[in-house]
Formats: sequence, structure tokens, C-alpha cells
Amino acid sequence: MARRTIKVDYLARVEGEGAFKVVVRDGVVRSAELNIFEPPRFFEALLRGRSHDEAPDINARICGICPVAYQMSTVHAMEDAFGVTVDGPLRELRRLLYCGEWIESHALHIYMLHAPDFLGYDGVIDMARDHGHAVRRGLALKKVGNELLSLIGGREIHPINVRVGGFYRAPRRRELEGIEEQLMWARDAALETVKWVAGFDFPPRERDYTFVALRHPHEYPFNEGRIVSNRGLDIPVSQYDQHFEELHVERSTALHSRLRSGESYLVGPLARYALNFDRLSPLAQEAAHEAGLESICTNPYQSIIVRAVEVLYACDEALRIIDAYVEPERAAVTVTARAAKGFGATEAPRGLLYHRYVLAEDGTIAEASIVPPTSQNQASIEDDLASFVGGYLDLDDETLQHRCEQTVRNYDPCISCATHFLRMNIDRS
Amino acid sequence: MAAKINKPRLAVWKFASCDGCQLSLLDCEDELLAVAGALDIAYFPEATRGAVKGRYDLSLVEGSITTRADAARILEVRQRSRALVTIGACATAGGIQALRNFADVREFMSVVYARPEFIDALATSTPIADHVHVDFELRGCPISKRQLIEVISSYLAGRRPVTPGHSVCVECKLASNVCVTVAHGTPCLGPVTQAGCGAICPAYNRGCYGCYGPMETPNATSLTDRLRQLGMDDSAIQRIYRSFNAEAPAFRNQGQRRGS
Repeated sequence: MARRTIKVDYLARVEGEGAFKVVVRDGVVRSAELNIFEPPRFFEALLRGRSHDEAPDINARICGICPVAYQMSTVHAMEDAFGVTVDGPLRELRRLLYCGEWIESHALHIYMLHAPDFLGYDGVIDMARDHGHAVRRGLALKKVGNELLSLIGGREIHPINVRVGGFYRAPRRRELEGIEEQLMWARDAALETVKWVAGFDFPPRERDYTFVALRHPHEYPFNEGRIVSNRGLDIPVSQYDQHFEELHVERSTALHSRLRSGESYLVGPLARYALNFDRLSPLAQEAAHEAGLESICTNPYQSIIVRAVEVLYACDEALRIIDAYVEPERAAVTVTARAAKGFGATEAPRGLLYHRYVLAEDGTIAEASIVPPTSQNQASIEDDLASFVGGYLDLDDETLQHRCEQTVRNYDPCISCATHFLRMNIDRS
Repeated sequence: MAAKINKPRLAVWKFASCDGCQLSLLDCEDELLAVAGALDIAYFPEATRGAVKGRYDLSLVEGSITTRADAARILEVRQRSRALVTIGACATAGGIQALRNFADVREFMSVVYARPEFIDALATSTPIADHVHVDFELRGCPISKRQLIEVISSYLAGRRPVTPGHSVCVECKLASNVCVTVAHGTPCLGPVTQAGCGAICPAYNRGCYGCYGPMETPNATSLTDRLRQLGMDDSAIQRIYRSFNAEAPAFRNQGQRRGS
């Protein structure tokens, strides 16, 4: 019996520790598994007994790449529980902070983790020897995202300024004006980025995804909206648990999410874009079309273009917010704790991040449930590997292995979030 | 490539952590290419799939030891490294995941996982220095980019890194921050926490929450008395010490203190 094994013991250029294994028998892919062996850190257990106002800082530590996403889903869930609405300039500042994280996280993935696959390098340092101009542009773009995070959040990794109800200190208008020029440069650089990545070679692969993302009446989603899909799902965040479930499988320390109907689904840039194209700024829409994208993109390799379009949008949106910014009277609204359940979902760079809390009367956390984007995408990644490998069995092992790695990196998996790390095996000997 | 042979080889390792401290290296946007020019980045899976086998001159280690497999792996990392520097609160103090040390890890597992028998986890999360000799510890949750560059530059220059052991209070004075405790009665761990962050929390109108762990000679007992005067009860005092550096001895002791 013809059996072939391709193996990657440690998947590089992803955030965390994982591996994958594909088994091929007689030219047929029998299984594709993503193994996540990131050591679990038990956040949902250690949050119990902590005060609601400690949760934004604790949850930031789930992920160093997207701490703002964890802080945002946390504060929205707590405010939902306490019946508090944060609006006006404070709401805008949250969007602005999120813009910084999208710019930083997407620029990291586009330039440092993903582009080397398309251009044939092991990593960004090797790539810089031949593509110095592009790499310097990517680093400078990422830096603007980080500076926006530092300005509003106090620092780029694990910002210290986010609290339930708003912020500890709201920036002065002149502080925000100080970063406008850099953001204008970044917007041009983002436009260049869209053009640059649109010129890469993309394997002609289309997938019939079930896309899931937030959708808001007026905005491209960061913090708020209903959870919708391209198959008719349209629910408030509080109904998430009734429509999605998490399964625990032996090979992974990250739980796998599925729709309760049994389908796998996709969250992240492709899903957000397909479900919210009409909410992008005109500049971002135009750049997407010029890059050859329709208003829906189902080729996972082209997710790099969609990320670039989202960076462009984030720069555009940040400039809009700064232009209209009026200093709030207070940095936070008053929050009164009560015994309640709270739900929150926001759009992390990698996709929908859902939190649910049960709080005691004094605001102490009794139960916590956190579903990160990479858990939700694990099944889609495995489906992709299974269908992808079947079409490329003529490739030699080394090339196929690299292609499989690239396929996984399309999803920008954050295994630290989902627990963490990727080891790969393709078994076809 | 002859020049490359003479460059010191850098490796970056990950144990239980959030990735933020190794990301700090990639966040050194202005210095990254210069670092790559001075050092051969021989092993850094978050950044490159190329991996040079063998020994490394400088290993940066992020994360804490929480599984049997990792307890064995850190021994190998030590054997293969001429200098080993731990980066961040997980590696230097066990991190937030060390809160399991004060609880029952089996009960923790059952809360998160439907099938705890699939999970390999030790009862404790421990710093790297509990397992192997560490040449230098860089504190912080996350570490400071400036201090990370100092660690790398000092290694290249053959000297010991300069990272002050004094408290956050000194940084507050240097930054001309108003003292949040004196002026507003806000509880603050600044007097017992090591400097390095730039005293950002007081600059944003909140108290320090101890990201860099205990300073050189902390008088935490005295601070705890002050926190109590400010209205914190035993539970609040325990929680403020039990976060990202909960296992660092000076904080652990205060977290266990009751009444007075």
C-alpha cells in the first residue's frame, strides 16, 4: 500500500506551538490534523474569584500579539452585565485603539510571517536582503500601529489604559494630532502594501466557506455588532452559545469550535470582508477592486490582500476618528457591579473573539468562558489541508511540506491564544 | 557567507507564555535589521522557518515551565546555550499561570477542559531559574524593548546588562508624575516594584500593578500596611500581589499575609 508521510515538527512563523499531520494512503488523503501542544495556562479557571476590574489586565496576557482584542471583549462583556453603555468619544477611542492593533498585527503577519512564503524565503531577515525597501516599509507601518497603541494604551504590548467603563486617562486632542502625520504616511504605505501583495502568485484555490463575523449598521466591525454569517445566521452576541459549540479533542490543548449544526466555519479577515465590504471606506473599497478582489474573496491565499485592505481601512478610520475627536469630560463612565451574566464579542485581527462571564453581586467573576478566533478556525484549517494536499500529491515532500505550512499560515493562527504551537506531519509513505 | 560564521548565534525559545516578550524583539522596528546584522538569528521559529542546529551563543528564553516535556526541554536548551537570558515575568517568576500554584491544578483543568485526561500539565508553573542556571533575568510583563536592546548590546560588548534594581517610584520622580497614592489615595505597587516600564501607570492616572516584579530590597510589609490604610481588605491585598509575578518571593509572602 502506498503510504506517504510529510512531517513538520514545529511550524514556524505562527504565534505559538503547534504541528500538523497529513496521512495519505494510495493517493487519497485520509486525514489532516492540526496538533496544538501549547501548554495550557487555564485562564478561565484562574479568573474565578478575581474582580471584574482586574480582568482586562489579566486577559491581555492571553496574547501578546492581540492584547487589545482581549481587553475589548472583556470590557464589553462586563459592561453588558452591568447594563452600562460607553458611547461618544470614549467609544471612538476604543475603535482608535483597535485600529492600532490591526495595523500592528496585520503588518506583522503580512510582512514578517506570510510574505516570505510567497517570495521564497525562510523569514523576513532573509527577505530583507533582496526586498529591503518593502521590508523597511513594513517595519515602519507596523511601528505606526504600535505608536498609536502606545499613545492611547500607554504601551504597545499589554496596554495599561483600558478599564471597564472606558479608560484611566483620555488623551488630549493635541496628543492625537501629533500622530496624524505618521498615520497619513501609513495610509499611503498601506496602499502600497495592497498593490505589492496583489502582485504575488496565488494558487487558484476557492473554498465554499461559512463566514462568520460581526456586522454593525454603520461601521466596519471592531467592537460591536450582531454575529452574522453568509448562510443566514443573524444573532445578538448573547445567543452565541446557542449556535456554536466547543469540542475537546485529544490532539490539541485548544478546544475546537463548530456550529451546533455540525459545520466548520471561518472567522477573520476573509469573513469580515465578505460580510462587511459595503462598510469599508471608499478608499479601501477602491484599493480592493484595483487589487483584483471582488466584494467576496474565497481564496485563502489571498487573505494577505484582504489583510492589507484592512490595514488601509484602519489607517483611514484612525484619521477620521482623530479628526472628529472631542475630549470627553470624564475618562470613564461609572460602573456599579451587580450579579449578572455578560456577553462580549469583538473582532480581533484574527477574527471573532467571544467572552462570557457570570458575575457575583460584588462584581467578582464566578465563571468565565473565552472562545478565541484560532479555536474557531481550526476545523477550517484542517479542511483546507485535507483538500489542498489531495491536489498536489505530485509535489516532492519538501515542496509539499512548505506549501502545507503556507496553507496553515494563511489563517495567521495564533496558538498562544488558542493555547499555542503547530507541529506538522504529512504521512504518505 | 564567510562573515556569517563569525557572528554570535542567537536563539529565541518559547515555553508557557503569551508570545509578547519575543514579539518585543520584532517590535524593535528601528533596530531589528541591525540586530540581524550583528547576530546570526539561528533559531527563532516565530520569525523564521530556517533553523540552524547545534549550539547557540545567546539564548533568549520566554515562558515558564508547566509540563513534563518542557521541564526536559529546558535542560537541553541550557546544554546548547553558552549564555542563557530569561525574558519576561513568565520566565523569571512563573507568570500569571503560576496562580495554579495556589490552587488545585486538577480542578483548574476540569474547569477548562471536558477531558482533563488529555492534558499534560504540572501542578505548578515555575521560573526557568528553578530548573537550570540562568545567566541574566530580564523582568517585565512585557519586557521593555529598550532593556532588551541593552541585553543584546551588552552581550555583544562583553559586559553585564545595566537594568536598574530600584523602584518604579524613582521613574515616577524622573518623569515628574504626581504620586497617585499621595495625591489621590490610589493604591500603587510602585514603591516595591522594579523600574523598567517608565512608570506608565501613574502617568495614566492609575496605580502600578507590579508587571516588573519586586525591586531589589522591597519593604513590602510596610506597603501592605499602607494599602490597608487606603481601604483595601485582605482579599484585595492578596489579589494585587497575586498577578503576573505572584511567585516572586516578596510578592508571594505578602499575598499570604493575613490581617495585622
